[in-house]
Amino acid sequence: MTSARANRSRSKQPIEDYLLSEEQLEEMYYRMLLSRRLNERMIAMNRQGRAAFVIAGAGQEAAQVGAAMALQPGVDYLAPYYRDLGMNLVFGMNAREAMLNVLGKIDDPNGGGRQMPSHWGNRERHIVSQSSVVATQFLHAAGIALGAKLRQDPVVVMATCGEGSTSRGDFHEALNFATIHRLPVIFFIENNGYAISERTDKEMATAGVAQRARGYGLRGIVVDGMDGIAVYQAVRPAVDQARRGGGPFLIEARCYRLWPHSSDDDDTRYRPRKELEEWAAKDPIKLFRERVERDGIFPREDLDAIEARVDEEVREAAAWAQQQPDPKPEDALGFVYKEG
Amino acid sequence: MTELRMRDALREALREEMIRDSRIFLLGEDIGAYGGSYAVTKGLLEEFGEERVKDTPIAESGIVGVGIGAAMAGLRPMVELMTINFSFLALEQIVNSAAKLHYMSNGQIRVPLVIRMASGGGSPLAATHSHSLEGLYAHFPGLNVVCPSNAADAKGLLKRAFRDENTTIFIEHTAIYGVKGEVPDDPDFVVEFGKANILRAGSDVTIVGYSGSVHQALRAATLLEQDGIEAEVIDLRTLRPLDMGTVIASVKKTNRAVIVEDDWKFGGFGGELSAQIMEQAFDWLDAPVARVSGKDVPMPYNRNLEFAALPSEEDVVEAVLAMM
Repeated sequence: MTSARANRSRSKQPIEDYLLSEEQLEEMYYRMLLSRRLNERMIAMNRQGRAAFVIAGAGQEAAQVGAAMALQPGVDYLAPYYRDLGMNLVFGMNAREAMLNVLGKIDDPNGGGRQMPSHWGNRERHIVSQSSVVATQFLHAAGIALGAKLRQDPVVVMATCGEGSTSRGDFHEALNFATIHRLPVIFFIENNGYAISERTDKEMATAGVAQRARGYGLRGIVVDGMDGIAVYQAVRPAVDQARRGGGPFLIEARCYRLWPHSSDDDDTRYRPRKELEEWAAKDPIKLFRERVERDGIFPREDLDAIEARVDEEVREAAAWAQQQPDPKPEDALGFVYKEG
Repeated sequence: MTELRMRDALREALREEMIRDSRIFLLGEDIGAYGGSYAVTKGLLEEFGEERVKDTPIAESGIVGVGIGAAMAGLRPMVELMTINFSFLALEQIVNSAAKLHYMSNGQIRVPLVIRMASGGGSPLAATHSHSLEGLYAHFPGLNVVCPSNAADAKGLLKRAFRDENTTIFIEHTAIYGVKGEVPDDPDFVVEFGKANILRAGSDVTIVGYSGSVHQALRAATLLEQDGIEAEVIDLRTLRPLDMGTVIASVKKTNRAVIVEDDWKFGGFGGELSAQIMEQAFDWLDAPVARVSGKDVPMPYNRNLEFAALPSEEDVVEAVLAMM
């Protein structure tokens, strides 16, 4: 897979006010855009009848990519939720694999067509698969962190979910357990304003999720989830602290779900168009591009070149993936048990 | 061989396995200083320390979920749930994650987790402590379901569970925790999964049980002997994997089968056994398969009521006599 980075070499020195280098900023833009364009193509494939089900992360790319870039792929663990394509891209997933996943192809590295699309899981990359019952992965994250602590392995586990999931018991049980044992878990909540059709005020009486942390004795902070740079800057110290044995941390990234819940949802039944338009004006990818252009980090033609490369990568991946083999009926019975 | 109560045999298994494999650690409510609700983990905190014997908050889904995570990360956790009735709170984690992650991840992710829980009536602890739901867990592909009837099997099967790559639901009948039996001392002693045990040979009728109900079956066989009826008693030991081979061979010899279980008859595991006997040995049967089960009520508290709700050896004898 080619990278936009091939254009010209980028500095690895952190830029003041950003705390990220040119190279990292390019990476951030590339991953956010790749996530969005992949999701757009997946929805198009759904409408064409080629992909049965699509659930996307549009509007949350800055939160996802910014948070995941604060981790160490290959070392740290990710217990993500179904909107986190951006995080998976940071952890090594490429466009072709994302397309294999949405089509349920046999070579999908997440589940080989057994698991539902967007229920990521890749042992080699330290990404754990999950149930569709939300928030269950918070407990798995606490368990992974407990295991790491027992083995004195300095890894950090990031568990993510939307704000709706924080009403489930597993979320509360995980926060409680992780704090009792000071486990290296970052609870990263992507508050996108909606739990399918229900606004946040129907999910909780508190003004947000971060203050729920206090009840369990861990720190909770709010960050602007439409700003990938701010997300990185908030998550990075929490990750460093957790790695040094400082215990868990909750970070609530305030963002917005720009699209309906899934390919099966019609959000006009519950969401005012005006609200949507207001948030669309704050699209995190657009804001990022405007900022780095305005600050003179990248010239416009470089950003255009990244966009062109992403478009080509997505087009190629979609065409390629559709030609790949499906699992055979006789494959259905394998892997129920690990033998031996 | 040493004579041990089942709870002590279970503790021996935990000790030996924790010594053998440093990845094993224990999670559960009151398993530390208290020693576990049924005293199975007594003394293990002192021997192995807090790192490996962890008291948890009262949060069943949480305990199991954390165990799943630790197992995925390469450890060998054991989770103790106070009773099978309380395991309902963790059912989502057990069924949707522990049982399915290996399949859903295309064989990438393993959950080698041991979940122990107490079941069964007779204590008496009434309707929200005492049910026998081995069959519920046996319904789910991806789980091992183990239910020993005696001290030696309890030790050998629990040790076997720690050597498996899948999640094992290990169900202990509360009425037999104190029953003594001869237990091998060899630290390498294990009882394989999927191997039923013929506890008593006979030629006239096959009585199949598991967990606590094996004892009703054995007592019934003794009573039947006085009537000149030789009953073969089979202890299934594990419901998943299930050793139907031993059951079918026995039924082909005796031509009659009675299933004994504490579980409710309606939709219970006995129905599965009965169906498989019909499918595989219909032509050898001289009578329809009979099921002796718990009554179709929540478990009552008062002794008289509880006895009435549970199957007895007399019920088994009656079922056998009715088919002779």
